[in-house]
Amino acid sequence: MSKKIYKVYRSFERFWHWMQALLIFFLAFSGFEIHGGYTFFGFKNAVKYHTIAAYMFLILIIFAIFWHFATGEWKQYIPSLQNIKAQLNYYIFGIFKNAPHPTKKTVLSKLNPLQKLTYFGLKIMVIPVIVTSGLFYMFYRYPTRHGIEAMNIHSLEFIAIVHTIAAFFLVSFIIVHLYLITTGETVTSNLKAMLTGDEELEDYSHDKSPVDFPEDLTATIEEIS
Amino acid sequence: MKKIVVVIALISLTIVIAFGILSQREYEQTPLMKLKEKYYKKHKPSVDHSKFAVLQQHFTAPQQVTAACIGCHNLRDKEVMKSSHWNWEREEFIPGRGIVYIGKKNVLNNFCIGTQGNEESCAKCHIGFGMDSKGKVFTDSTNIDCLVCHDNTETYVKAQEKGGAPVTTLDFNKIAQGVGKPKRTNCGVCHFYGGGGNNVKHGDLEISMFEPGKEIDVHMGTDGMNMQCVDCHTTEKHIISGKLYSMASTGTNRNTCEQCHTNAPHEDDMLNKHTLKVACESCHIPVYAKVNATKMSWDWSTAGKLKNGEPYIDEDSFGNHAYMSIKGSFKWKKKVKPDYIWFNGTASHYLEGDKIADTSQPLVLNQLHGSYSDGESKIIPVKIHESKQPYDPTNRILIQPKLFAENKGEGAFWKDFNWQTAAEVGMKDANLPFSGKISFIKTKMYWPVNHMVSSKEQTVKCKECHTRNDSRLEGLTDFYMPGRDFSKPAETAGVWLIILSFLGVLTHGGFRIFNSFKNKKEVENEQENI
Repeated sequence: MSKKIYKVYRSFERFWHWMQALLIFFLAFSGFEIHGGYTFFGFKNAVKYHTIAAYMFLILIIFAIFWHFATGEWKQYIPSLQNIKAQLNYYIFGIFKNAPHPTKKTVLSKLNPLQKLTYFGLKIMVIPVIVTSGLFYMFYRYPTRHGIEAMNIHSLEFIAIVHTIAAFFLVSFIIVHLYLITTGETVTSNLKAMLTGDEELEDYSHDKSPVDFPEDLTATIEEIS
Repeated sequence: MKKIVVVIALISLTIVIAFGILSQREYEQTPLMKLKEKYYKKHKPSVDHSKFAVLQQHFTAPQQVTAACIGCHNLRDKEVMKSSHWNWEREEFIPGRGIVYIGKKNVLNNFCIGTQGNEESCAKCHIGFGMDSKGKVFTDSTNIDCLVCHDNTETYVKAQEKGGAPVTTLDFNKIAQGVGKPKRTNCGVCHFYGGGGNNVKHGDLEISMFEPGKEIDVHMGTDGMNMQCVDCHTTEKHIISGKLYSMASTGTNRNTCEQCHTNAPHEDDMLNKHTLKVACESCHIPVYAKVNATKMSWDWSTAGKLKNGEPYIDEDSFGNHAYMSIKGSFKWKKKVKPDYIWFNGTASHYLEGDKIADTSQPLVLNQLHGSYSDGESKIIPVKIHESKQPYDPTNRILIQPKLFAENKGEGAFWKDFNWQTAAEVGMKDANLPFSGKISFIKTKMYWPVNHMVSSKEQTVKCKECHTRNDSRLEGLTDFYMPGRDFSKPAETAGVWLIILSFLGVLTHGGFRIFNSFKNKKEVENEQENI
């Protein structure tokens, strides 16, 4: 099969990804300092920077959501049970024997089934939970301060614990994610793709339809890219 | 086209920024600057008392001075006679008790215990003359001691153990002609010596506050705002605002920092959020007893030891009394970090004759109410004073001993060193039953710390509370505080999740490296075989 260089990740997507990576790193680092255990920025600064980064993260998320819907890229993240077993098999056995990746990466289907499932979980579970609990963390005093008695939140405990648990999940995700970067075609090919946007994939331009995407969407994506 | 838009946008942005920077910013006074301006203007008296003929007369007794005062300031005596300074009691509402009249007359403390039977000595700090245990003093307005509060010459001195009368060597004319608004010295002469010596009771009110530097108290610092007590403790009809919960019970007529500084005095909103649950004093008074030590505990049970039949005194390293035959053993501390409690402005008190429910626990003489869940409560700094004092184990009530008497043989402990007779006479004076048995019980008092406010540079740092170990708020466990608290199960699970992620990644990666070598070798072998 012939190979061809495709634009897999477009500029906003890459900006979003790296910005998000940076912010999550920073939020985790400052957040766990607030949580206790080590001192780097100092408690007061850690709180200040954590809050600023949180606002930046929120703005980024708003742009990212808009982008996902405007481009239709959100459909990339719809999980399916298809090939999950094959993908698991690959990670557990195949990868050690230089077996080929079980799923084909294309511009319209750039996530493998496990990625889809994981990112879907991040997008609808972990991120919403950490963002919502974070907002509550910032504003839980607001009703009490402004006399909105009916909405008073009396304890930070639940909010804080949920926020912490979500943070642990994110950190764990980052560890595994960083490792799985190295499992591409070559050790660095995934990293290069996310940096430059270009990746050498099997030429599928003559294939009939690699995935079941509606025609109009395919057209839109190609137009934008 | 695109370029033109970008260029125009950039140019307009530059213009806007330039305007913002270059235009003269309007000078805006911060609330703090306004306060400083207000209190910088010092009070100027509107009359000169030395010109009044009535004050030129030859005074032979302090009562004559009072009569002269009332001659012009008529009705003022009636105001004074309604004040707690005069009556030594206040109408207060205590939950579970209803309306009670409490004050020095009937509240017991764990210092010199109580005033009953000891009036002649205690009255050195009463704003009147001629006090005895009969209480007659409270009805005669010429017994009001105007001068102890209004003398501005700093020469007026009350005599020891003379029922509140001044010493006999005073120049009444000079003092009467030099009266004015009370200064720190007027208040301090009693309030700094509460408990029978400098800084015994409060910890934050003591002789260094007569002429403090800014580093001792940022408001009263003579090198700063040089504020007087009455600048904050404002007075209406001789009723002075602010009170202390060693005596007070209700949340009325309180003095708080917010009354001047508002509840959002910081530039940082994160700090302003704290004012909902944390009193200003908690952060702004990092230590009390900054200059001289304060008494932290008092053990009456060791009192009465004599050397060669005579009472004696031992001193500690600060030069404070460590032991006095008349009072027992003391512990003193300097530069003390306060304890912290929730407080909603109400308190209940042990009053004379109250039954002690549980004698195995330290008895709290003034229970300050409050909790995290109570919306009125804030965290305040307190000094906790502990004591061991006499009680009657049969009747389960605290003993009010007779301590002071002019002569030996009247039953006073300070003369005769006999608990038995001191308790008998004291309890009889107080109209309380006494079984004849004396035991000692541990007691506790909470003294809110409100003075010796530090400059903002010296305030308590975030980390002193928001930390897992040795948090200043270690004792307040009824709420979640970031940096200090965490959920143990969530923490354990989270840490394990991370450890397992690492292990998983390392194992998988290790296998991959190992296999890639193995595969390479196999390929090489195959090639060799070929």
